[in-house]
Amino acid sequence: MTFQVFLQHLTNGMSLGSLYALIAIGYTMVYGILRLINFAHGDIFMIATYVAFYAVVLLGMQLWWIAFPIAIIFTYLFGRLVEKAAYRPLRNSPRISVLISAIGVSFLIENLAIVVFGGRPKAFPIPPMFNKVFNISGVSIVSINFFIPVITVALLIGLVYFINKTKTGMAMRAVSKDYEASRLMAIDVDKIISLTFGIGSVLAAVGGIMWGLKFPKLEPLMGLMPGLKCFIAAVVGGIGDIRGAVLGGFILGLGEIMLVALLPELTGYRDAFAFVLLIVILLIKPTGLMGQKLSEKV
Amino acid sequence: MLHINNLNVHYGGIHALRGINIDIPENKIITLIGANGAGKSTTLRSIMGITKPSQGSIQYHGEELTKYKTKDIVEKGIVLVPEGRRVFSNLTVEENLLLGAYCRSDKEGIKKDMEWVYELFPRLKERLWQKAGTMSGGEQQMLAVGRGLMTKPKLLMMDEPSLGLAPLLVKEIFNIVREIHRQGMTILLIEQNAKASLEVADYGYVLETGTIVLEGPGQELLKNDEVKNAYLGEAK
Ligand SMILES: Nc1ncnc2c1ncn2[C@@H]1O[C@H](COP(=O)(O)OP(=O)(O)OP(=O)(O)O)[C@@H](O)[C@H]1O
Ligand SMILES: [Mg+2]
Repeated sequence: MTFQVFLQHLTNGMSLGSLYALIAIGYTMVYGILRLINFAHGDIFMIATYVAFYAVVLLGMQLWWIAFPIAIIFTYLFGRLVEKAAYRPLRNSPRISVLISAIGVSFLIENLAIVVFGGRPKAFPIPPMFNKVFNISGVSIVSINFFIPVITVALLIGLVYFINKTKTGMAMRAVSKDYEASRLMAIDVDKIISLTFGIGSVLAAVGGIMWGLKFPKLEPLMGLMPGLKCFIAAVVGGIGDIRGAVLGGFILGLGEIMLVALLPELTGYRDAFAFVLLIVILLIKPTGLMGQKLSEKV
Repeated sequence: MLHINNLNVHYGGIHALRGINIDIPENKIITLIGANGAGKSTTLRSIMGITKPSQGSIQYHGEELTKYKTKDIVEKGIVLVPEGRRVFSNLTVEENLLLGAYCRSDKEGIKKDMEWVYELFPRLKERLWQKAGTMSGGEQQMLAVGRGLMTKPKLLMMDEPSLGLAPLLVKEIFNIVREIHRQGMTILLIEQNAKASLEVADYGYVLETGTIVLEGPGQELLKNDEVKNAYLGEAK
C-alpha cells in the first residue's frame, strides 16, 4: 500500500470514527445520568436523518442550511419527548422496567418509521459542496470526509466547555452523582435529565445528517447497526465517560476501515470487528479503556 | 418560624413518625435527639419535601410546605445538610460550593458568601481545586455545611454533622454551629452526640420510635434522668 492510499484510508477512518464518536456520546451521557442504556438512541439517529431528508425535499437543495438545523431542532425535541414519555414515568421503578421501556420505545419508533416513511430505501440528497473531490498530492478526499471530523471536533469542544465550565453543566455532573443531594441544592433533576437527552439527541442528529451525506441511503432500520456499534464504542471507551466514548468511536471507525484496507479478504467481517473488539475489551478491562472502577450509584 | 403539627410518615408498612409536633422559633438552635431508627432523618426529609407525609402539616411562616417540591423549599430558605455528607465527589470543592448557590443569581452576594464560608472553614479555601471525593471525612463535612450555607438559608438543618469525626473536629463543628447562630441563623440540629447538642441548643426534643417522648430547654434535658440514662451514658 502506498503512503497516499494509506492517507486515503486514514481520512476515511477518521470521518467514520467521528460519526461513531458523536453517536457514542449520546449513549454515554444518558448512561452517566440515568444508568440506563437508551436503546432508542439509534432510532433517534434514524429519525434525524429522515427529517433532514424531508426538510431538504420540501425546502429545496439550495436551502440545506435551513433544512439541516430544522432537523437538528426537531431531533432535540424528539429526544426530550422520548425521555418524558418512556423514562420519566418510571423514575422510581426497578431498573428492569426502564430497560423494557427502552426496548419498547425503540421498536415503536422503528415500526412507526416503516409505516410513516415507508420501508423502501430513500436516497439522501447531497448538496454539491459536500460532494466535491479534492486532490491533495495524490490523495483524493471527498469534502464530506473533511467536514465530518472538523464539525465533530468543534462540537466536542463545545460540549466539553458546556459540561465543565457552565452552571448547567456543573448541575449535570452533580445529578449524575446523586439525585437527592442535587435536589437539596434546588436543582431541577428532571429538567437536567431531559436536557441531557436533548444534547445527546442533537449530537445524534448531527451525526445522522453527516452519515446521510456520507452513506446516502435511508432506511427505517438504518439506526440499528450504527446504534449497536456506537453502544459498543461507548462500552469499549468506558461507559459514562465522554472521553471514553470519543476514544471508542475513533478506535472503532479507524479499526474498521483499516481492517478492510489491510486485509481485504476480511471485508465480509467488517461489522464483526466491533463485536470482537468488545469481547476483547470486556475480557481485559471490563470497565472500558477510560473506565474507573465500578461504583454503585448512591 | 416552622411548626410541625401531628406529622405522620409511613414507609410502606412502617409507621416511622407517629404524630410529632415540633416548634422552631426564629433565631434559636433546636435539637432533635434519639436512637438509631427513631425517625430523626425522616423528620428532616419530610420538611425538605423528599419524603411525603401521610398526615399532618408543616408550616413555614404560616405557609403549608408539604405541597411544595424540594427545589421550592430550598428557594424559600430552608436547607438540609444531609446525613452522610453527600458532597459531589466528582466535583471540586469550589464547584460544590457554587452548586450550593445554584438557585441564586446575585453574583455579588454569592461572592460575599463564598468569602464568608472560607472564613468559617479556612481549610476549604486551601483546597478549592481538590476533588471533593478525595478529601477527608471531616473536610467533607465542612464542605457539606459550607455548601448548605451557600444556599443562603434562613433555617439550616443538619443531620448528624459530627458523625464519624474525631473529638477535636466535633468540637470545631459545634463551634461553627454557635458562630453561625450568633450571626442570626435558625438551626435545627440532629445528633446522636446528645451531650454536645443539648449544650448548644436552646430547646430539645427527644424522639423514640417515631414519637416525641420528652422536650424542654437544652439545659433542663441535660439534667433529666431519663435522658442521662438513655443518651448520655451516665448511670443514675
Ligand atoms: N426509604 C425508606 N424505606 C423504608 N423504611 C425507611 C426508609 N427510610 C427510613 N426508614 C425507616 O424509618 C425509620 C426511621 O428512620 P430514620 O432514618 O428517620 O431514623 P434516624 O432517627 O435518622 O436514625 P439514624 O440515627 O440511624 O440516622 C427506621 O425504622 C427506618 O428503617
Ligand atoms: Mg438519620
